[in-house]
Amino acid sequence: MNGGAGAGDFAAEAELELDCRGMRCPLPVIQLARRVGEVPVDGVVLVLADDPAAAADVPAWCRMRGHDYLGVAAAPDGTPSYGVRRRS
Amino acid sequence: MSEPVSTPGGYLDAASTEPLHPAAREILLEALDRGWGDPARLYGEGRRARLLLDNAREVVAAVVGARPDELSFTASGTQAVHLGVLGGLAGRVRTGRHLTVSAVEHSCVLQAARLHERSRGTVTTVPVDRLGRVDPLTYGEVLTGRPDTALACLQAANHEVGTVQPVAEVAAACTDAGVPLLVDAAQALGRVAVPEGWSVLTASAHKWGGPAGVGVLAVRRSVRWRSPLPEDERGGGRVPGFEDVPGALAGAAALRARVEESAELAARQSALVDRIRARVPELVPDVEVLGDPEWRLPHLVTFSCLYVDGEALVTELDRAGFAVSSGSSCTASTLEPSHVLAAMGVLTHGNVRVSLTRDTSEADVERFLGVLPGVVARIRSLSGVEGL
Repeated sequence: MNGGAGAGDFAAEAELELDCRGMRCPLPVIQLARRVGEVPVDGVVLVLADDPAAAADVPAWCRMRGHDYLGVAAAPDGTPSYGVRRRS
Repeated sequence: MSEPVSTPGGYLDAASTEPLHPAAREILLEALDRGWGDPARLYGEGRRARLLLDNAREVVAAVVGARPDELSFTASGTQAVHLGVLGGLAGRVRTGRHLTVSAVEHSCVLQAARLHERSRGTVTTVPVDRLGRVDPLTYGEVLTGRPDTALACLQAANHEVGTVQPVAEVAAACTDAGVPLLVDAAQALGRVAVPEGWSVLTASAHKWGGPAGVGVLAVRRSVRWRSPLPEDERGGGRVPGFEDVPGALAGAAALRARVEESAELAARQSALVDRIRARVPELVPDVEVLGDPEWRLPHLVTFSCLYVDGEALVTELDRAGFAVSSGSSCTASTLEPSHVLAAMGVLTHGNVRVSLTRDTSEADVERFLGVLPGVVARIRSLSGVEGL
């Protein structure tokens, strides 16, 4: 799941962080779809989500929408933080 | 008793359970009258029950390619898997305490694996591709890398997406490694040919149109298997307790009937599933049809609708007269998404599994296709996600 060495580096690049803690699927992915346009193309969005379904759904959404899934890192409170690079 | 059910032809959840096959009904009623005796007893009533039980065993054994004395009836498919896995591990404890399973096995296999881990055993999970299939080469490498492997498990076909697994190739790898292979054939038996090469085989009668409460456990005589439960003489020493003789006989009758009609039925169902696979993405925006389009079960198709709660879909389709299942668990108590969909790397939300019964007609499928787009659009509209 984790990208290995350097995973989480994308967090430093992030221009937008979406706090989806407490949201159940499919809400985190809906939030991501609504707001990904707020960063420029090649910009990075972080999705903080504690719903276990996000681990599968964020990468699947990126594949379906043609964005890059960058991996998962842990936010300071331990919540998984998923990185997405906008591609179009 | 007046709980509303799906409209006629609206029951599209055969993968959960198939209605009782007409060939089983009469046999079941007759066997309730004739087969109630204790098959372990030597008087007439017992001998009669024994005869019916032996008959049921012979029929099912012939279909799965086992000797009758290799086969026992269990109380469920789940029990068959639990006994098969734990007994297979116990029988080869001298070789080691390692178990290999695919990532997309039924949860009863994975729960048995978890129990094994809690008993200080170890487990390797073999990944699957986007279509839900294991790679036989990878499976073989995993076996070679663990000479302490006591047992390997692979389903005949996946219960959530219908993908058929390369059992024969994995069985060959198991033979090379000297490891017995347990094949969970719950979704396949009676629908597609039983894959060759199994050492332990499990199945469940209600999946093929037999009664619930009848599972199948077959263990090759060449396999070292030891019951994980207290000793009991019944069930060939493999399954404890007094068998459900009428249930086993009705299950066998249903299986025989299914096998006889399977070629014709599979062709018809497969064409209807092809139609669903082709039409759903045309009718509904942002849908991903899952599983292998070719190498699959004839009667089962799964798709995921982006931005939709799977349970809302099940509820709304139920209201529209259709019974389907969902691998999504957005509001389920566990919150854990389907391990099958997650292992495939596909959307876990908005999931709908449609599985046809032997009675599902072309008109039923058309009616479903007519209702589905409006249902999805309504749910999307309520949550304001159209056009996202």
